[in-house]
Amino acid sequence: MYERIREKLGILADAAKYDVSCSSSGSNRKNENKGLGDATGMGICHSYTEDGRCVSLLKILLTNHCIYDCAFCVSRRSNDVKRAAFTVEEVVELTINFYRRNYIEGLFLSSGIFKNADYTMERLVRIVKKLRTEENFNGYIHLKTIPGASEELLKEAGLYADRMSINLEMPTENGLKLLAPEKSHEDVKKPLHFIQQNITQFSSEKALIKSTPKFVPAGQSTQMVIGATPESDQEILHTASAFYKDYSLKRVYYSGYVPISNDKRLPGIGSQVSMVRENRLYQADWLMRFYGFDVQEILDDANPHLDIEVDPKLGWALRNLEQFPVDVNTADYRMILRVPGIGVSSAKKIVQARKFGRLHRDQLVKIGISFNKAKHFIRFADSPFQLRDYESSHIRNIILSESKSKYLRTAHNQLSLF
Amino acid sequence: MELYVFDGTFEGLLSAVFEMYQKKAGAVKLVSRAHFYPDAFQEVFEVISEDEKARRVWAGLSKKCGKEWMMHFYKAFLSEQGATFQDLLDFARYIFDQPEGAVENYGNPHVLAVSQMARKVHREKHRMEAFIRFQQTSDGIYYAHIEPDFNVLPLLIRHFRDRYADQKWIIYDLKRKYGLFYDLEKVEEITFEFSQEMSPALNALSQQLLDPKEELYTLLWKDYFRSVNIPSRKNMKLHIRHVPRRYWKYLSEKQA
Ligand code: SF4
Repeated sequence: MYERIREKLGILADAAKYDVSCSSSGSNRKNENKGLGDATGMGICHSYTEDGRCVSLLKILLTNHCIYDCAFCVSRRSNDVKRAAFTVEEVVELTINFYRRNYIEGLFLSSGIFKNADYTMERLVRIVKKLRTEENFNGYIHLKTIPGASEELLKEAGLYADRMSINLEMPTENGLKLLAPEKSHEDVKKPLHFIQQNITQFSSEKALIKSTPKFVPAGQSTQMVIGATPESDQEILHTASAFYKDYSLKRVYYSGYVPISNDKRLPGIGSQVSMVRENRLYQADWLMRFYGFDVQEILDDANPHLDIEVDPKLGWALRNLEQFPVDVNTADYRMILRVPGIGVSSAKKIVQARKFGRLHRDQLVKIGISFNKAKHFIRFADSPFQLRDYESSHIRNIILSESKSKYLRTAHNQLSLF
Repeated sequence: MELYVFDGTFEGLLSAVFEMYQKKAGAVKLVSRAHFYPDAFQEVFEVISEDEKARRVWAGLSKKCGKEWMMHFYKAFLSEQGATFQDLLDFARYIFDQPEGAVENYGNPHVLAVSQMARKVHREKHRMEAFIRFQQTSDGIYYAHIEPDFNVLPLLIRHFRDRYADQKWIIYDLKRKYGLFYDLEKVEEITFEFSQEMSPALNALSQQLLDPKEELYTLLWKDYFRSVNIPSRKNMKLHIRHVPRRYWKYLSEKQA
């Protein structure tokens, strides 16, 4: 008995790990029934894998049996791997028992497609329903939508899940067609659209009638595999930006392709996962979501790829030197936010602190900006007198040489955000 | 420079602020008794903790700072750091002497010091919320012990009560020798002497105290942790930045 459940967990956690979404925040499911769990706060990473990714949810597949044969997927029909499937009860018990021990924030449940879409989706729904209605579980649940499932099942799922997602897989339709001829971006857009409509409708009803149930309170997300097909960063970010706008997604995830197959259409086993590129995409994504940048500002036809050497915010500043230096004592918040080396919280502190007097260098340092980067782009109360303007290539070299050792140390790993 | 010694409690610290104003003191150096080494040549003022004085200072500060800053103040206090006690006293004086809104002046060293220490304590609270691993005992209580750098137990009450409303739990601070016990109704402070079976060794109560299923779930969790790793992306530097080694003792998945 022990051994069977351990084996299943091994197989079905292993197959689910390539899904990079890990967020467990943004919901508002309060523990009001004296039940188990609470999904109101910020998400918590309970652990980190040795590759540095956060572990916050029990991320598993219901089954890795699949009738499809997508080339980039370990569970594909033609792949010779061990197959397994959980029962509804097993998933519920694992979730509850992991949660009670404070291992996890909740469940991330996905599945290969066995028999057909509705058959699979119906089982996923049974699990989340049992967790909510029988086990009184208020923890976080992220449910993967099965493409092609009926609208009734999607709608029911939305009543129990905190977040739903459906993967775009490849950033462009052509890329997807190449690797998964049976699929299309249309299959993704339809359910995203349907769920989004319902989210809007439920929340407007909730404004009028308090007892309206929650519907996917943490919103929807999607994921793109990066580096399996030859799309440029510009194409990737344009797709992301369009999906943010059209479907009000909470997040787009970028997953550097981990070679798992000898298929000729794909990078071979052993080729490097481009983690620097993945990280640059996340940085650019942050600029779109939190820093007020438009995708056109980050990349254009002349620069279709993100710079590997410098982060996209610095890249933008170097291309737009005429907008600098920014005087931190007078500039508006939006512009301070655009200075390389100044993050959201430092920018807020600067705007508050300067009401008490003009800010000097040492105060800026203490507030926590990365001064060595920012100093090329700002003026402050005791700015040194500057003889001449630097050229952008000059500044770039100074910053790169100052951060050289740091850059070399981390270049082949994931970089941190700004 | 006058030297004030207080008993290390929150009331004591606030009482010290009260006395400082009452006595129209000049510069004051504040030390907790635990950090105090008497010096024959220095005159010492012993602060007596008094609820009423403490309450008045707290109310006065609240009027000028607002809720969020009061929380920063309390969190910084829980750091138990000698230098921070001094910062808190200086911060209080600065706030009382300035017009309203001065808390936003991050250019002021005391404002900045308090806010930075509050951040550190908050980070540790958050890490405890993440890294605590309960083990179910045979009498159905979920037990965990910790040894945090700062005294964060008081900050954990709400989080764990909201989350585990339907199970009894204990979180015990081995360093400070007290714990929290939730009995399905309320959270209480408890202390107990560890007998032989309740070994203070980290992670793990003795097998006979545990629920028979506990072993399975510890095992499944370790298995899970191993399965979700992607070896071709291994990055121990990043791993250790997220989970500093001093926390590994809390984590069942990190035990051999
Ligand atoms: S349908 Fe999903 S699980 Fe099946 S092969 Fe394609 S990506 Fe993998």
